[in-house]
Order: sequence, then C-alpha cells, then structure tokens
Amino acid sequence: MKNVNAIILEQIESFNENLDTPVDTSKGDDTILFGAGGVLDSVDFVGLILDIEQAINDEYGKHLALTGERAMSQRNSPFRTVGTLAAYIEKQLED
Amino acid sequence: MARVILITGTRKGIGRALAEHFLTLGDVVIGCSRSAPDWTHDNYQHFELDVGDEPKVLEMFNAIRKTHGKLDCLINNAGIASMNHSLLTPLDTVKKIFSTNTFGTFLFCREAAKIMRKRKTGRIVNFATVATPLKLEGEAIYAASKAAIVSLTETLAREYADFGITVNAVGPTPIQTDLIRGVPQDKMDRLLARQAVRRFGTYDDVINVIDFYLRAESDFVTGQVIYLGGV
Ligand SMILES: NC(=O)c1ccc[n+]([C@@H]2O[C@H](COP(=O)([O-])OP(=O)(O)OC[C@H]3O[C@@H](n4cnc5c(N)ncnc54)[C@H](OP(=O)(O)O)[C@@H]3O)[C@@H](O)[C@H]2O)c1
Repeated sequence: MKNVNAIILEQIESFNENLDTPVDTSKGDDTILFGAGGVLDSVDFVGLILDIEQAINDEYGKHLALTGERAMSQRNSPFRTVGTLAAYIEKQLED
Repeated sequence: MARVILITGTRKGIGRALAEHFLTLGDVVIGCSRSAPDWTHDNYQHFELDVGDEPKVLEMFNAIRKTHGKLDCLINNAGIASMNHSLLTPLDTVKKIFSTNTFGTFLFCREAAKIMRKRKTGRIVNFATVATPLKLEGEAIYAASKAAIVSLTETLAREYADFGITVNAVGPTPIQTDLIRGVPQDKMDRLLARQAVRRFGTYDDVINVIDFYLRAESDFVTGQVIYLGGV
C-alpha cells in the first residue's frame, strides 16, 4: 500500500497541472498547503483536499472525511503542510 | 456519450415519471428508493437505500464513480410529507421528514458535486413546494423542510458555480400522487383556488421545468426556484 505522504504529494502534482501558480513541492513534507506562504485560493484548496480524500479512500478502502469537526477545531490546523496533513490522516486511519 | 442522470425516489410518482422520460431520451438513469421498484429498463440501475443514510449513499456514489466515471445531472426528487397540525406532530416525525427532504438533498448535492467538479460541469435540480410560499396550515414541518431546500439551493448555487455546476429548484403545485392522497377534497379545492392557474399539476409540467434547467444553454441559470401554477 502506498504511504500517505506519497499519496498527498502525488495528488498535489496532478492538481498542479491546472494551476497558474503551482504548489512548490520541493520541500517534501514541509510543503505548505494553506495559510501564510501558501499559493492556493480557497476554491483550489477545497478541490485539492477532495482529491486527497478520494485518493486516500480509494487506496485504503475507507470513507474518511478530512474536514470533520475534529479537524476544524484543532488549534494547529492539520492542513498547514503535507507533513501535518499526513500525520492527521494516519491518525484517522488508525481509529 | 449518453448523459448519466441520477434521480432519487424513482420507485413511483414524479420520480418514476422523470426516470421514464430520460430513459426515453436515451440517457443512462440511476435511481434509488427505500424499496425496490416494480419496473426495470436496460439503461436503468436501481439502488435500494434511504437518502438520509450516509454510509449507503457514499457507497452508491462510489459505485457510480467507478462504473460511469462521471455524473451529468442530479435530480433530488425523493420526498415525504406529513399533513398534520403542528400541535399534533411528534418530534420523531419532524426528524424523519428533515432526514429525507433536507439532509438527503444536502448529502446528494455534496456527493454529486464531488464527481461533477472533475469535468467542471453539472446540473442539480432540487424539489421545493408551493406549500412554503402559500404557508399552508397543517404542513408546517413539510414546508419548513422544503424552505431549507430553497435556502440550500440558493447558497450551493454560489459555492458550486466555481465548479461549473448549476443548482436550481422546481416547486410543484399539488399533483395527484400518493404524497397528497390523504388530503381532504375541500382543503385541496381551497389550495388550487390560490394558484394563478387553477388546476392540478402534471408530471409533464415538472419535466418541462427540469428539461429547461438541464439544457446546455442554461449554464447561466442558477440559484433559481420556479414555482408552478403561478404561485
Ligand atoms: N405530489 C405533489 O403534490 C407534490 C407537490 C409539491 C412537491 N412535491 C415533491 O415532489 C417530490 C416527489 O413527490 P411524489 O408526489 O412523486 O411522491 P410519492 O409518489 O410519494 O413518491 C415518493 C418517492 O420517493 C421515494 N422516497 C421517499 N422517501 C425516501 C427516502 N427516505 N429515501 C429514498 N427514497 C425515498 C419513494 O420510494 P420508497 O417509498 O420506496 O422509498 C417514492 O419513489 C417530493 O420531493 C415532493 O415533496 C410533490
């Protein structure tokens, strides 16, 4: 099974094809997704999160909802970087 | 390529008439209802589920994505009513009505838009009712659940516009289906008298409005509710 970080990066790469200002993934896990230093507007952000959610669900055969109250109520947003999002998804996959 | 059209509540009534209409036009139709229909068609696939049952609904959308890889139109027709004085309405009934009409509509809009956004085009049609603008006594909960659908339609139209998806609603007048079978004649007469055009609606009246919303040329029409009968 592909690991979560790889799936996220793969989804960003394919999402980048439709962006004028692509997300710079050269920093790997430290790639910024949202917040200061991020390049995605809110609509693209929604689209990317949906792509990642779909890819994770397909790979692991589960129905994770990445944007539940749990994510929204965390003090440090899990959507900040690839690394934080991967950690958040892995935790959900374990539950 | 044939359009893929998802219609909820296709076992009988308006939903069935819609399914038959689009099948006649050569579209691929996917439908659902809590019990199995007593009709079939080569280009029709049925899912037995409650529209408010999230896990089952997600499974169905997964199957649609895998089988067809696209969804052109969603018609949120499934609906239930309870005609009763609000003082005599148990909370359980309220929850059931909202679960089918409002939560079901939301869930289907959300999941359909996830598939539609990929091709940057899509059509969603929700079901309102004249019971809301006419403020019909005895239909407080039904009208409220449909008022929420009007609000959803207007706001989702804005949120989904970024993805090329239109969201509109049709608000039928009384049409002679099982839904209104229990309504007394005198009440029905008074209701029809409040319409500009005083007759029962037909399946074709509803189909006509939906055909308009689904046209490729209607991509500039979104967030609208068309009430029939001049209400
Ligand atoms: N008829 C009217 O006068 C009138 C007027 C205004 C608006 N409308 C609206 O038009 C729509 C269709 O009404 P209709 O007159 O055709 O009603 P109907 O004859 O009672 O048919 C309702 C359909 O929805 C399905 N359904 C109901 N609850 C469901 C659920 N929780 N999950 C999945 N399927 C469900 C039913 O099948 P199962 O029982 O097998 O689930 C059936 O196929 C509704 O939204 C209604 O509010 C009707």
